[in-house]
Amino acid sequence: MIKIENLSNRYGSIITANNVSCEFECSEVTVILGGSGSGKSTLLKQMAGLARPNSGRILFEGKEITCLSKKELYEVRKSMGMLFQGAALFNSLNVYDNLAFPLREHTKLSEKVIQTIIKMKLEMVGLRGSEHLMPSQLSGGMTKRVGLARAIIMDPKIVFYDEPTSGLDPISAGVIDKLILDLNRKLGVTSVVVSHDIESAFKIADKVIILFYGNIIASGTPDEIKSSPDAKICQFINGSPDGPIPFSHTDKDFMVDMRSQWK
Amino acid sequence: MISQSLVFVGHNFLSGIQSLGSGTLFILCALYNIVKPPFRFARIIKEVEFIGVKSFTIIFVTSLFTGMVLALQGYHTLSKFGSESLLGSAVALSIIRELGPVLCALMVSGRAGSAVTAEIGIMKITDQIPALEMMAVDPIEYIVSPKVLAFLISLPLLTAFFDLIGIFGGYLVGVKLLGVNEGAYFGEMLSATTFDDVFGGVVKSLAFGLIIGWISTFIGYTAKSTTEGVSSATTNTVVLASVAILITDYILTSILF
Ligand SMILES: Nc1ncnc2c1ncn2[C@@H]1O[C@H](COP(=O)(O)OP(=O)(O)OP(=O)(O)O)[C@@H](O)[C@H]1O
Ligand SMILES: [Mg+2]
Repeated sequence: MIKIENLSNRYGSIITANNVSCEFECSEVTVILGGSGSGKSTLLKQMAGLARPNSGRILFEGKEITCLSKKELYEVRKSMGMLFQGAALFNSLNVYDNLAFPLREHTKLSEKVIQTIIKMKLEMVGLRGSEHLMPSQLSGGMTKRVGLARAIIMDPKIVFYDEPTSGLDPISAGVIDKLILDLNRKLGVTSVVVSHDIESAFKIADKVIILFYGNIIASGTPDEIKSSPDAKICQFINGSPDGPIPFSHTDKDFMVDMRSQWK
Repeated sequence: MISQSLVFVGHNFLSGIQSLGSGTLFILCALYNIVKPPFRFARIIKEVEFIGVKSFTIIFVTSLFTGMVLALQGYHTLSKFGSESLLGSAVALSIIRELGPVLCALMVSGRAGSAVTAEIGIMKITDQIPALEMMAVDPIEYIVSPKVLAFLISLPLLTAFFDLIGIFGGYLVGVKLLGVNEGAYFGEMLSATTFDDVFGGVVKSLAFGLIIGWISTFIGYTAKSTTEGVSSATTNTVVLASVAILITDYILTSILF
């Protein structure tokens, strides 16, 4: 459904994508794993046409997304949903109006139908009854779940989730994982999930991509990744500090650095 | 050293030209969306309330004292020539032609312009603007156009209010305090003020509304996606808008009057 070819992108000296090529199949759940600051959110935004990469191509159903006119792009976006990392709720509108926004913009549904749809989606994320709250009155996890409800309110064909379960308690996280799976298995929604959570990633993914400072270091089914002998991948999925991936920002030895300061 | 500063000047010049170009496209797009359906009446009314209605108090106070101080100063000067009766026309003309539009615009840019920049900047860094795009709604059409239109609607009205209260302030000081004849105050005012004076004031206030709307929305929209980016954008809006208002005022005065 989405195909990325030789995508490269950098912000100044920060490289967010280095000749990345990968494919996201229709009706599959693809999970992108990667360290903080490795360019996952940027990649997701570029896939949705919100940001332009420096070079490379992003094909959405065979059409290059950076070349679409504004009208075509908006038409494509009506079949996309995105949960932003910070949920991006409109802070001047309450939960109900946030969820009603896309429906009022693009459909002619009556208020009664809109109300029903909103109730259903809020029930899915466990927040029915919070319609009247303002975003500033929501906790971090609640914000995220309202953002999720808004992302799927138009029943999109493809949904991008930017860290859907980070900051959630284990029960809510489990419910959200199940929701992503249900949407995919029952309605065939193509899902692209950015995540830090290895366990949940392996649970929901059909395919896992591990991104490391702009490079794809692994991609495959969860089983392939788990049984991979590659030291980098082992270190990443076990979360160990020692291994080929450095934890520290600099290669300078800590003791040498400290000693030179006291000389 | 010299080549370095040349590079610096050249770089800033080029980026200045570039943002002038993108700013022009930006405001043209916003203006086009004002006249093109869908018309977002609810959004426009909300913005007029924020930009216009909520500026009433500050405009009331500034206009009252501007009129009062004008009368005080004018009285002392005019009484040297024994022509205190001209006080009404002096106050009215300086307020309607100059001080009303300019002071009103300066106050609004400080109060509402900076707030608009901050609001748009915060929407940007919290991904609300990309979220609008994701929902296939044009952020310029949804956010920027109603704000620009609200500035265009509010400023002439606020300026008219400023003129009214300013003249009343002059009346309080001139007639009630310093004892200028009431009939002379208003009579001279009516005979000296022409349609062109009022018309010029309205044209100025419309131009200033466009300037504040343009600068505040564009700077907010192009603010760097950081907290410092938004805070410096807010400052830039007030500084740039104030300078632009004063320069435009000179140009318009030389054309109109
Ligand atoms: N608009 C931008 N301008 C400049 N730099 C940016 C911009 N967007 C992202 N970056 C930089 O690109 C890098 C990758 O950012 P990104 O948000 O994609 O990381 P991420 O993988 O999502 O990290 P996290 O897991 O913490 O969310 C960061 O170092 C960030 O500072
Ligand atoms: Mg991120």
